[in-house]
Amino acid sequence: MPEIKVTPLGAGQDVGRSCILVSIGGKNVMLDCGMHMGYNDDRRFPDFSYITQNGRLTEFLDCVIISHFHLDHCGALPYMSEMIGYDGPIYMTHPTKAICPILLEDYRKITVDKKGETNFFTSQMIKDCMKKVVAVHLHQTVQVDDELEIKAYYAGHVLGAAMVQIRVGSESVVYTGDYNMTPDRHLGAAWIDKCRPDLFISESTYATTIRDSKRCRERDFLKKVHDAIERGGKVLIPVFALGRAQELCILLETFWERMNLKAPIYFSTGLTEKANHYYKLFITWTNQKIRKTFVQRNMFEFKHIKPFDRTYADNPGPMVIMPGYCVQGTVGHKILSGQRKLEMEGRQTLEVKMQVEYMSFSAHADAKGIMQLIRQVEPQNVLLVHGEAKKMGFLKEKIEQEFSINCYMPANGETVAIVTNPNIPVDISLGLLKGDSTLGPVPDPKKPKLMHGTLIIKDNSLRLVSPDQAVKELGLSEHHLRYTCKVQIQDHHSEQDTLNRIYNHLKNILKDYPIQHLPDGSVMVESILIKISAMSEDQSTKDVLVSWTYQDEELGSYLITLLKKGLPQSIAL
Amino acid sequence: QQPHEEIPAKKLRLTKPSKSAALHIDLCKSTNSTEALQYLLQFAKKPVEAESVEGVVRILLDHYYKENESSVRLKIASLIGLLSKTSGFAVDCIIDDVIIALNNEKSHHVLAQLLDTILVIGIQLQDNLPLSFRLVEIGCKHLADTSHMVRNKCLQLIGCLGSLDKPVMKELENLAARDVQKIISDSFTDQDPRVRTAAMKAMLQLHERGMKLQQIIYCQACKALSDDYEQVRSVAVQLVWVLSQLYPDSIVPIPSSNEEIRLVDDAFGKVCHMVNDGSWLVRVQAAKLLGSMRQVSVQFLEQTLDKKLMSDLKRKRSAHERAKELYTSGEFSSGRKWGDDAPKEAVDTYTVNLINSGACGAFVHGLEDEMYEVRNAAVESLCMLAQASASFAEKCLDFLVDMFNDEIEEVRLGSIHALRKISCHIRLREDQLDTVLAVLEDSSRDIREALHELVCYTNVSTKDGIHLALVELLKNLAKYPTDRNSIWKCLKYLGSRHPTLVLPLVPELLSTHPYFDTPEPDMDDPAYIAVLVLVFNAAKTCPTMSALFSDHTFRHYAYLRDSLSHLVPALQLPGRKMVTVSDSTKLALSEDSSRHFVQQSLDRVQNIQHLDAQGAQDLLKLTIRDLQRLGELQPELAGIAEFSATYLECQLLLMKSLQEKLWNVAAPLYLKQNAMAAAAAKKILEHTYKLEFLYSGLESRHVAIIHHMRLQAKALQLILTARTTRGMETLINMCEMFLQEIETFPRYFASELQYLQESFVEKLLEVMPRLLACKPAEVVKILQTTLRHSNFLLLELPAQVHRASATIIEPTGESDNPLRFTSGLVVALDVDATLEHVQEPQTTVKVQIMYPDGQAHIIHPKPADFRNPGPGRHRLITQVYLSHTAWTEPCQIEVRLLLAYSSSWSRASSLSAVCRAAWNDSMDGLPQTDSVIEGTINLSKQVKVYLMPKPARR
Repeated sequence: MPEIKVTPLGAGQDVGRSCILVSIGGKNVMLDCGMHMGYNDDRRFPDFSYITQNGRLTEFLDCVIISHFHLDHCGALPYMSEMIGYDGPIYMTHPTKAICPILLEDYRKITVDKKGETNFFTSQMIKDCMKKVVAVHLHQTVQVDDELEIKAYYAGHVLGAAMVQIRVGSESVVYTGDYNMTPDRHLGAAWIDKCRPDLFISESTYATTIRDSKRCRERDFLKKVHDAIERGGKVLIPVFALGRAQELCILLETFWERMNLKAPIYFSTGLTEKANHYYKLFITWTNQKIRKTFVQRNMFEFKHIKPFDRTYADNPGPMVIMPGYCVQGTVGHKILSGQRKLEMEGRQTLEVKMQVEYMSFSAHADAKGIMQLIRQVEPQNVLLVHGEAKKMGFLKEKIEQEFSINCYMPANGETVAIVTNPNIPVDISLGLLKGDSTLGPVPDPKKPKLMHGTLIIKDNSLRLVSPDQAVKELGLSEHHLRYTCKVQIQDHHSEQDTLNRIYNHLKNILKDYPIQHLPDGSVMVESILIKISAMSEDQSTKDVLVSWTYQDEELGSYLITLLKKGLPQSIAL
Repeated sequence: QQPHEEIPAKKLRLTKPSKSAALHIDLCKSTNSTEALQYLLQFAKKPVEAESVEGVVRILLDHYYKENESSVRLKIASLIGLLSKTSGFAVDCIIDDVIIALNNEKSHHVLAQLLDTILVIGIQLQDNLPLSFRLVEIGCKHLADTSHMVRNKCLQLIGCLGSLDKPVMKELENLAARDVQKIISDSFTDQDPRVRTAAMKAMLQLHERGMKLQQIIYCQACKALSDDYEQVRSVAVQLVWVLSQLYPDSIVPIPSSNEEIRLVDDAFGKVCHMVNDGSWLVRVQAAKLLGSMRQVSVQFLEQTLDKKLMSDLKRKRSAHERAKELYTSGEFSSGRKWGDDAPKEAVDTYTVNLINSGACGAFVHGLEDEMYEVRNAAVESLCMLAQASASFAEKCLDFLVDMFNDEIEEVRLGSIHALRKISCHIRLREDQLDTVLAVLEDSSRDIREALHELVCYTNVSTKDGIHLALVELLKNLAKYPTDRNSIWKCLKYLGSRHPTLVLPLVPELLSTHPYFDTPEPDMDDPAYIAVLVLVFNAAKTCPTMSALFSDHTFRHYAYLRDSLSHLVPALQLPGRKMVTVSDSTKLALSEDSSRHFVQQSLDRVQNIQHLDAQGAQDLLKLTIRDLQRLGELQPELAGIAEFSATYLECQLLLMKSLQEKLWNVAAPLYLKQNAMAAAAAKKILEHTYKLEFLYSGLESRHVAIIHHMRLQAKALQLILTARTTRGMETLINMCEMFLQEIETFPRYFASELQYLQESFVEKLLEVMPRLLACKPAEVVKILQTTLRHSNFLLLELPAQVHRASATIIEPTGESDNPLRFTSGLVVALDVDATLEHVQEPQTTVKVQIMYPDGQAHIIHPKPADFRNPGPGRHRLITQVYLSHTAWTEPCQIEVRLLLAYSSSWSRASSLSAVCRAAWNDSMDGLPQTDSVIEGTINLSKQVKVYLMPKPARR
């Protein structure tokens, strides 16, 4: 049986360094190639030596697909393509292709220039890597080679985020990347066909959360900010995911606009500013409101929000709002967990004096959203990645219960093999298809039919032909196979009468079948012959001879069981 | 004899150029099918008269049989369908031919088109049961066709014509009665989604035609809800909804368990489920339908607001509580608190299974949908359900309030309106009020006004709530001073609804102090007025409150009572003369008596015929004065009184100008009298237009009387012209026009003629033949005598008449700050006005700008600038663009609203069905050139705006 093999190199029961290897129909695909925020050693990149110990990856991978531009999904890309070596195609959407190098460059700068690491990829490597990228449009089917095709769907989450369908022949896999089922202020909701893939690889960051309506969250957020501002305070919102910055900017901007507020809003220069430039351009990827109003005004042209100047940074302010998920090991995670003292690098400790609020503005689907997407797609199997093991286990159970399909959650490096049952197309001659259907007793198109044919596998093609034709084609002579069976019946009537009784009995039971009483003293049911002969010694015991060809085996054996039960008394002659 | 026969045929063709013949020739001429198609296409553009339809159809059919090209046959089939719609054509004669054509057709496209034609014909002959039966039979036969188009049309045919009852007629008994519903529902599982859609549409069609759908269809429709194609799902949702309304209380089993629930609950769950559909069209559909499912049990309704109650609540009532426990025990985290999403032990895996089923969270999803259409539909549905159930209203409050923060203004507005509609069921808590009132800072005027409206109807539970509302409203007032009127009105209602809550706040609000005298607040401060409006309205039902007022409050009361009488009610204040109070109470009581008074004065006027000229005039003058005064005193009757007064004034003017002595003076002295009479005639005409177009609620009798008056005025004008002008040309023209009007008069007012006895028109109509024959001079003579000897027509008291009026709220005209602009360029002036009792303001109301140099400019506001906040009320908020080239000094311009009218849309035609019929009949006969008089009536007082031009920069 054909199999789809999946091995996560990262993001298996973990959040960070997403990198999933999929072998489907003899093709190897790498889904995402990210880094891990929590580590600064070798663990920050996926372990590519799993693919091959030495040498380049090009011959082992047919293509690499990047779902969106967050570093935990694309951070290891230059490392893989330039330092390890990969020359095949890398697929991503247009916004991702535009914004991804900005983030990579930023990442490189921090690692090399700030932390002073060596043996890291260079700016030139990022550029070289981006040259290998092929940009795809939404819903555009891209033929990677003759058999492998991929198709991108809208995923919400962040500008340019996509879900990908990978198809080889009739087998297919859907990889969601990160997605969001509830639309937000600048992006729409994820949407996908009911494509019924063999395997559905989903993220599961919020496996155990069902969030309240986003309206309350927004209202709470605005209220908290507004209150702090009215008290004359300052609010610091560390936004660590690009895209969330834009979301909060739009939220605050519209609120300021509507309420005619005057307090200044700043956002950090550099990364966000650069990325914002692209946000203004890729309007088609945003939500209904922005798409509809951008003719009058591009919502990303902020009026109240200005780039932050370092000179403002005299005092960080009394309130910090953490607007999303924090990976274990980060400062954010510690603060949120209620630590009042932080250990900084170089043994310094820092006291947390501010008020800390957590608000989930993360653009990931919650448990209900994940379930909803699964229902929409109707997959055969589900595989969870990009989540914490315990929470995944919980969701896995739910999915198995709910949809009664298999759900997997492999750890990093663990391989899951999914047996598929692909359709195999077979040519059938029209004569055989139509001819059989006209022969049947009732031409009901909805009833399944039994038909006889011969499957010929020849020259890499499959054909279904009628037995006669097969015999002719293969130059064989035809043999007939006939079963004959005797049943004894107790009946005190004469032979003729018994036959009549059998005839009437069968006629009563098998209403749909042509039953003939032949003049030579036999009954024909379709092509089954029934003859009767009395036993010489006992006139009341009759031998009923039933004979049928192997094609009529089903009906024949049914008749035998019927006759073995004997004839009911009430049958007329 | 050959030529003999040809001649009449030719003649016929000459008199009536038959279309059929022309078409026949064209079709014969065509050598190939493309040409024929071209001819047909051209033919389709022209209308065909009813008499020749049959001929045309025959020719088309003839050609149809000859034609090999299916596209031509297709066109012919569609043409026959179009032609059969011609009114006045009996379709019966061609149906058989079409059916024959159908039986011989091979092409699927043509077949489908022919079935469509049959459908068109069948719908026209719906009453013919045997035929319908036969057509349905045909539809069933072709249902086995391989083409989806044919099957589609067949289903449509069955849906539209399938007999509702078993045939009763004898001739039909031999035909096996078919179960139409069975046939249609068999196609629910067709392999083509288009056919599935058509099948379900046909089913809905049957329902619309009044057939009761069987309950079995429910299961089939439910299966279709999970179809792969959105159009199928969309129709299936409708079908499920229809069935849930038909069999709300039937019991259906729940699959995978042996329990049962009510059908409407099951359907509700399913429709809720569709709110999560992949296609937004289906989502809109589902969200809309939810609102109309009223019979749903409460526990299902409430699930729609909670996303987390995931377990299958259908099972048992107790399961609901179990799930609630689960929710509170927190199997799923809410995402609000950090770190509470660590997985807990599953409490009981068997109870928490079906995550996605049921109504759970449908509205939560609907309200945060990506498409605002869905959100809007969800808000509407939520509102409808909440109106029906108070407990649900209580629960959905928070969600509606959250929608105030939507990114699309339409949705925000919709949710504010929704909250207003359900406000009778709810009592806002303070925190809720806080969020509601936060929206007052919104920069959109519509939103703020909708919110004021909402606050008018809100029930507040605590005095702090009232205080909060007041503070927020005052903040709003300070931020947007133009909201003044709306806020005052809002406070008026707030005060009168919560007198007991306002009472403890009074000292604080009026800043009185037990020992110290506080400074007297500024009377012109809108904020202070706002506070007073609140307090006074509360004091109306709370007599103890006035004890808390300080002296100046009483003075301010008297002032406000006079200046803003619509906002400040009459109060019973101690130690004050009750003059105003008693006055107003008496008046309030005496509406009936004053109506009686109007009637009496009108009756009295009838006597003027018996009085001498002077006495009659005096009586009229007196009555007019009475009526005018009454109108001022009694706002409810103002319309009637003013209407009557104006009419009487017309009569007075007419009488004055017809005075004996004026007409007997010698010719040279005409001039002065003529001028006076001409002015009177003009005035009367003006008045009649006002009477006709400014007042709403007139009956056709009144319109007839007004027209009658106008005719009299026109006659007067004619006489005057005859006396002054020498040229015959103009006189003859005028005469003709006048006679035409007299002629058309009875056509408009056929039913009213009986009331016009002894009147001017009646008399004229009697001598009409003579008038038509004689010369203008004689006509004038006759007119003169008739005019002077015709009776005064008594005005019947109209039941409910309102005068259209408008008030310009903005610009106020008080501002001393000039509006600056660069001369030669355009400046926008915001105009805000309320219109009362104006019908179709979109077409009639104009803005007039008078420039200082006397130039007038009329501007048509856009239809979208009119809002309709209530019956009979309209609000015009628009911007007018001013521009004037030569302008250097600061100057005032005048803005006013006008009501445009045109005698061609005379109300006479639309008043009653009888009149309308008469109008339609006489339409062809009426000369359309007839003097259509267009004009404008002032609708509002003018407002002056000070404009200051800046010299254009060079």
